[in-house]
Amino acid sequence: MAVEVRGGAAPPSVAVWNDPRARAIIFQALALAAVVAFGLYIFNNTYTNLEKRGIASGFAFLGSTAGFGIIMHLIPYAEDSSYGVAMLVGLLNTLAVAAVGIVLATVLGFVVGIARLSRNWLISRIAYVYIESMRNVPLLLQIFFWYQLLGKSVPGPKQSIVFLDIFFLNNRGFYTPAPVFEEGFWEIVVGFVVACIGSFYLSRWSRRRQEATGQQFPVFLTSLGLIVVLPLLVALVAGMPFHWDYPSLQGFNFTGGMVLIPEFVSLTFALVVYTAAYIGEIVRSGIVAVSHGQTEAAYSLGLRPGPTLRLVVIPQAMRIIIPPLTSQFLNLTKNSSLATAIAYPDLVAVFAGTILNQTGQAVECMAITMAIYLTTSLLTSMFMNWFNASVALKER
Amino acid sequence: MKHLSLVAAGAALAMFSMAGTVEAQQTLAQVKQRGLIQCGVSQSLPGFANPDAQGNWAGFDVDMCKAIAAAVFGDVKRVKYVPTTARERFTVLQAGDADLLARNTTWTMSRDTQLGFDFVGINFYDGQGFMVRKDLNVKSAKQLAGAAVCTQTGTTTELNVADFFRTNKMAYKVVAFEKNDEVLAAYDSGRCDVFTTDRSGLAADRTKLKDPNAHIILPDVISKEPLGPLVRHGDNNWGDVIRWAFFAMVNAEELGITQANVDQMANSPNPEIKRLLGKEGDFGKMLGLDNNWAHNIIKMVGNYGESYERNVGPKTPIGLERGVNALWTAGGLQYAPPVR
Repeated sequence: MAVEVRGGAAPPSVAVWNDPRARAIIFQALALAAVVAFGLYIFNNTYTNLEKRGIASGFAFLGSTAGFGIIMHLIPYAEDSSYGVAMLVGLLNTLAVAAVGIVLATVLGFVVGIARLSRNWLISRIAYVYIESMRNVPLLLQIFFWYQLLGKSVPGPKQSIVFLDIFFLNNRGFYTPAPVFEEGFWEIVVGFVVACIGSFYLSRWSRRRQEATGQQFPVFLTSLGLIVVLPLLVALVAGMPFHWDYPSLQGFNFTGGMVLIPEFVSLTFALVVYTAAYIGEIVRSGIVAVSHGQTEAAYSLGLRPGPTLRLVVIPQAMRIIIPPLTSQFLNLTKNSSLATAIAYPDLVAVFAGTILNQTGQAVECMAITMAIYLTTSLLTSMFMNWFNASVALKER
Repeated sequence: MKHLSLVAAGAALAMFSMAGTVEAQQTLAQVKQRGLIQCGVSQSLPGFANPDAQGNWAGFDVDMCKAIAAAVFGDVKRVKYVPTTARERFTVLQAGDADLLARNTTWTMSRDTQLGFDFVGINFYDGQGFMVRKDLNVKSAKQLAGAAVCTQTGTTTELNVADFFRTNKMAYKVVAFEKNDEVLAAYDSGRCDVFTTDRSGLAADRTKLKDPNAHIILPDVISKEPLGPLVRHGDNNWGDVIRWAFFAMVNAEELGITQANVDQMANSPNPEIKRLLGKEGDFGKMLGLDNNWAHNIIKMVGNYGESYERNVGPKTPIGLERGVNALWTAGGLQYAPPVR
């Protein structure tokens, strides 16, 4: 009887502070309010103190003229550009190092990780020595080392090392010809895009065919051919709508062409060899973690060692590799801020360095810099989480 | 040292956001209570601020720090030297980690206003110049088109060099390092064709190169660089102490008072000397110091000319003539208001 009564009627009314759900909401609201109040308090105090000392505050300075030169800029920049543009230049330089570094470190890391597992004694020892020496020397020292080595081992501009009369290497950088686009260049771009889309559909078609009939199709080689040949054909038909701008020695230095400055090269190199050592260990642990039974099962089905690694072991290892790989990507991006040590104009050097100093607005500059790094890292994490989900074990 | 600047910036952030921050007019009281002056200096610039093998600081800027310690405490040892890079120096001062900067800092309008500082005087009139290798056969800065230029980030130098090349419509590549020693090492290793900074700095840094005689300082002076000590804006009392410590040194040279003769000069009948050395009037008290403040400065550090000759003058490795830094009575620009 009693059970029936409790089940049928509305629950007895209790005081709000005795209701666990209401209490939970109240406490969370209070905690949030305390955090917000603390934030406002800090903000207000900072603002008041800055004002009291006559130090300029606010973000208006981003529009003022920068007035200083930056050695490497991926977007048009001149001394009369604004601090805001200079900040973008620094940000793009950071992203350039991070992007190139992440790609190269991943490739090198996978090679090293697999080499470490090789049955060949020499190869696995070399990989072992590489990993242990790279990850046990502070990165800043490595950056200095490569920068000094590069600076001391290559000659000055007048004694440049020349390859094929169009590539020049000297202590001011590596000079290559630069393509100059003419009218009609967009046709090549269209050709490239069409080839990419074609490859995508090709791979989808081939996967469906394989699922239906079991027949395989050489997707990789076909796509590669498509992406290379189609733009090339378009270029020939359109009559090569671009020409090359060759570097030449004028006065002190080379002008024209493109240049990779030694600061960029040594920073990227140091970041790549350092991070690849960690990635190598991550890859190795991922592969080792896949049960040996999987390999044996694959062999017993008649798969050869190559396809076994590619189709059975690596896909399962990826699920273990990706989360720690993400944090290595984030580390590489954040470590690129050590650029300041060798005059590479990254975000920290340009914005939290020069601009902070010329404007004196330390609080704003540091806040913006931190916000940018946070955003970059969160975006990288988001992408990697999506990628991780896409390779995760699909339980059917 | 980028981390130091980040720490300094962080400290500034923390400092500005604290409730009971230092009230403006307190630096002198704090310094007295602490028993030490925190003096922001260059990291290593021979002739201006340079620690020797034993870690004893010496130089023209260091003498400024010592003069203030002599005036406040009567003891030149009561200075804590805070070596700063060009980039972090302002944050260090803003955050209160230094009581003043005496480090080759150019007096500019934006620093005086927007950055929240007060420059208290000009103890060295300078101008920016260029140093190149002799074997480049460059005779004038106008021949530097296309050159790679090494400089220090966060300086007026970095801006002047941009202005100079823009005005003369010449291309250039600027390689900007944070620390002066890194700039110099890069220039010495051939990363750049040109090293640019204030001409006094060029003379000082040339002594640190592998082969100083292989380099020349070009005759061109491309800017005005009035260098002097600075303090936080708003503490006028403390600013007055620094300003008058400097003026005392200049006045002493003008009146012929030297480190050697200051004790005899104290008995001089000349009322100007008597006022400066605290025998007449209460001028030290007006600053919140002892009346023998200037006597201590001259006795322990020397007058302006002595400090100049000892640290950067023609007889030193730096070898800078007095030039515009001579007293006004000798056709220079150094001129101090009277003590009265």
